[in-house]
Amino acid sequence: MTTRIDARFAELKKQGRSAFITFLMAGDPDPATSLDIVKALPKAGADIIEIGMPFTDPMADGPAIQAAGLRALKAGMTLRKTLAMVREFRKGDNATPLVLMGYYNPIYIYGVDKFLVDAKSAGVDGLIIVDLPPEEDVELCLPAMQAGLNFIRLATPTTDDKRLPAVLANTSGFVYYVSITGITGSASANTAVVGEAVARIKRHTQLPVCVGFGIRTPEAARGIAENADGAVVGTALVDALAASLDAQGHATAKTVTAVADLVAALAQGVRGAKQAAE
Amino acid sequence: MNPALPNSFRSGPDERGHFGIFGGRFVAETLMPLILDLEKAYADAKADPAFQAEMNGYLKHYVGRPSPLYLAERLTEHLGGAKIYLKREELNHTGSHKVNNVLGQIMVARRMGKKRIIAETGAGQHGVATATLCARFGLECVVYMGAVDVERQQPNVIRMEMLGARVVPVQSGSRTLKDAMNDALRDWVTNVHNTFYCIGTVAGPHPYPMMVRDFQSVIGDETRVQMQEAEGRLPDSLIACIGGGSNAMGLFHPFLDDPGVEIFGVEAAGHGLTQLHAASIAGGRPGVLHGNRTYLLMDDDGQIQDAHSISAGLDYPGIGPEHSWLHETGRVTYLSATDDEALAAFQLLSRLEGIIPALEPAHAIAKVMELAPKRPRDHLMVVNLSGRGDKDIPQVADILRGKKK
Repeated sequence: MTTRIDARFAELKKQGRSAFITFLMAGDPDPATSLDIVKALPKAGADIIEIGMPFTDPMADGPAIQAAGLRALKAGMTLRKTLAMVREFRKGDNATPLVLMGYYNPIYIYGVDKFLVDAKSAGVDGLIIVDLPPEEDVELCLPAMQAGLNFIRLATPTTDDKRLPAVLANTSGFVYYVSITGITGSASANTAVVGEAVARIKRHTQLPVCVGFGIRTPEAARGIAENADGAVVGTALVDALAASLDAQGHATAKTVTAVADLVAALAQGVRGAKQAAE
Repeated sequence: MNPALPNSFRSGPDERGHFGIFGGRFVAETLMPLILDLEKAYADAKADPAFQAEMNGYLKHYVGRPSPLYLAERLTEHLGGAKIYLKREELNHTGSHKVNNVLGQIMVARRMGKKRIIAETGAGQHGVATATLCARFGLECVVYMGAVDVERQQPNVIRMEMLGARVVPVQSGSRTLKDAMNDALRDWVTNVHNTFYCIGTVAGPHPYPMMVRDFQSVIGDETRVQMQEAEGRLPDSLIACIGGGSNAMGLFHPFLDDPGVEIFGVEAAGHGLTQLHAASIAGGRPGVLHGNRTYLLMDDDGQIQDAHSISAGLDYPGIGPEHSWLHETGRVTYLSATDDEALAAFQLLSRLEGIIPALEPAHAIAKVMELAPKRPRDHLMVVNLSGRGDKDIPQVADILRGKKK
């Protein structure tokens, strides 16, 4: 079965370039503005969209993304409304792959089976659940595969060759390589080291390998995209969004464009990468 | 029909770290290789007689074990029922049961070659124990503590700093124990190559709930022997307070397969179960947080709710997974005590026995005050006096003088 994610990577391969993947928190700073931002992303140059599911205790995220989640929750965001947002987005875009990223508890409480049915019908293509390692595949990964959703696994610098096969076993869509040992938005990724890691993972899998954590600028995105099949940017976008808010943390006239402009600049960096590398 | 009960309540967890549906390993991939290493290192240590001998030496000469099992005659007389024994964990070096577990984990960390230790703490007792053992073994120590708890547990903050630890006040979320645990996990993810995370209770990803329980089981093992010596038989009931539940699990575990022993855990009911509280079993349901599935306080969207207890050590929206399983199997009865009940018990024990308890075990004493009068005079009740109240004296004094509340 070909998913939107598979189709997008096939298309990018034809164009000879890497994917630019954006991350933003659903409902940040409020549900309506968040939907407007997501709608603006493909035009600004996002090839794949990751949407965060807000959670009170995001243990692997840094202060920026944690604050984004809390802004969203304060504005009344829930998992149900996140799926509704995806449904709205799909009314105008049936091609851009959409991946939900977050933590397991809200899904567990929603009900795994019901969640998978609702996510699939809303137009979600894949899931990245930070706190579900392969050891807990039976919880959500295997049911998601059966439901026709990609379960995208994180591989990290601590995932050695011995462990990689376990991490890759039930992964589909793409592999998300976390470029640093650390939380989102902390250290910067080292292009050369990441390049070696990507090459190592590619020896174990045919799947596209995308890299995230620690990428903030068009130059950094370009450096990563020279070796990887995609570059993921999250914290930098969340920071741009946060900087556009008023003193009360509410959206302003600049909020959507602040994010879209940065996405456009980063996308240019990624688009230039493969050609520049050759 | 009742579900069939297991042959043994002491055989958990299974090889994947599950107690029934509870437990497990719900952590970021970055941590998984280390957690698997730890599982192996702990299994090796457990099977190594030299490790056990070394630990027993430190338990005796550094911690001061065995802790006494003390017949509280005046409390018994006052309540007019069961014969009440106090397991005096507050007499351990550093003033609580926490040191038993920290000693064990630091010795495992040393075997693994880790030089940097991180910990989270609520009331500060686990932080103090960790800072103490790090000083003893010359290890770097960083303790995460909610900013609210830094404020209300000043004596312990000063103690940790004197011992050479760095205390990091956590400003995120509700700025209490839950958030300290989040930040400790973030530190661990970042510094996984050289850092050992010394978890303070029977929670977190497998093997922590099992490992901490094993290290704390010295409490119950000693109690069995001491009660035999004192009364020639096993106790009739056990009672202990529960935040994460490590002091309780340590007392309970060696008795789980003795059907004649009634077991009670006491959660913090804060302002009351219909208001702000920290009673995860009474007011929560199963969910996934901090590496394990267990009873949690949360809303309908699966968002974790803030807990409240007068006692910083119980102020946590979850509970160890083995407790969740013991609750669902019915082996242990979980009760709760409010802030006011704990305060009353704090004062009663201080005045009657000359023992100032920590606010945490004061919750257990509060339920002893309810249960003991209803039991016959030959009923032997053991309450775990898990910590001493020095750290709480400024806070309780403020409340009793009416400055707060």
